[in-house]
Amino acid sequence: MTALFLAAALALLLLALVYVHRIAVGPTVFDRILGVNAFGTTTTVVLLLTGAVFDRVDMFVDISLGYAILSFVGSLAAARYFERTRTQR
Amino acid sequence: MSALVGACLAAGLFFHGVAALGVLRMPDFYTRLHAVSKAETLGVVLTLAGVAAASDSVLTAVKIAFVAMFLFLANPTATHALGRAAFRLGVPPWTGEPEPDR
Repeated sequence: MTALFLAAALALLLLALVYVHRIAVGPTVFDRILGVNAFGTTTTVVLLLTGAVFDRVDMFVDISLGYAILSFVGSLAAARYFERTRTQR
Repeated sequence: MSALVGACLAAGLFFHGVAALGVLRMPDFYTRLHAVSKAETLGVVLTLAGVAAASDSVLTAVKIAFVAMFLFLANPTATHALGRAAFRLGVPPWTGEPEPDR
């Protein structure tokens, strides 16, 4: 069971490289925010899977909830900010 | 129980892969947003269901269900805000013609 969670977490980290690529190449600033948002969502899951690997899900679930809330507020704030400052790149 | 966990994780990873493929290959911002908002939300909920099925205490499973419920609401909200901001700023949608800078 532990190996299953470890494999899933590693596969998710590999998939997150796609979002890093999207953050790097853009082309608009909203593509980059989209990449950050998707990366944050993936990280939330990876945190829970890490907790399952180390058999401490009860602790990691609080960390991942906090991370999810911060990531959500962050992408909302970034979307509003770039809408107001009229930045496209 | 182990088969249920494996099936949930495999299905969640499949939808995560679909979302990553969409972000990598879709032609413009709005289609990429579409790929992330739906495929990734489903992938997250399925993966978290797998972790919750493996946890041995009910309290932890309920907490994981709360995380999944929050992401289920927050992810579409964030992508909607992003899409609305981009549309109001006039980010051009893909119309089928090749992009001029490629």
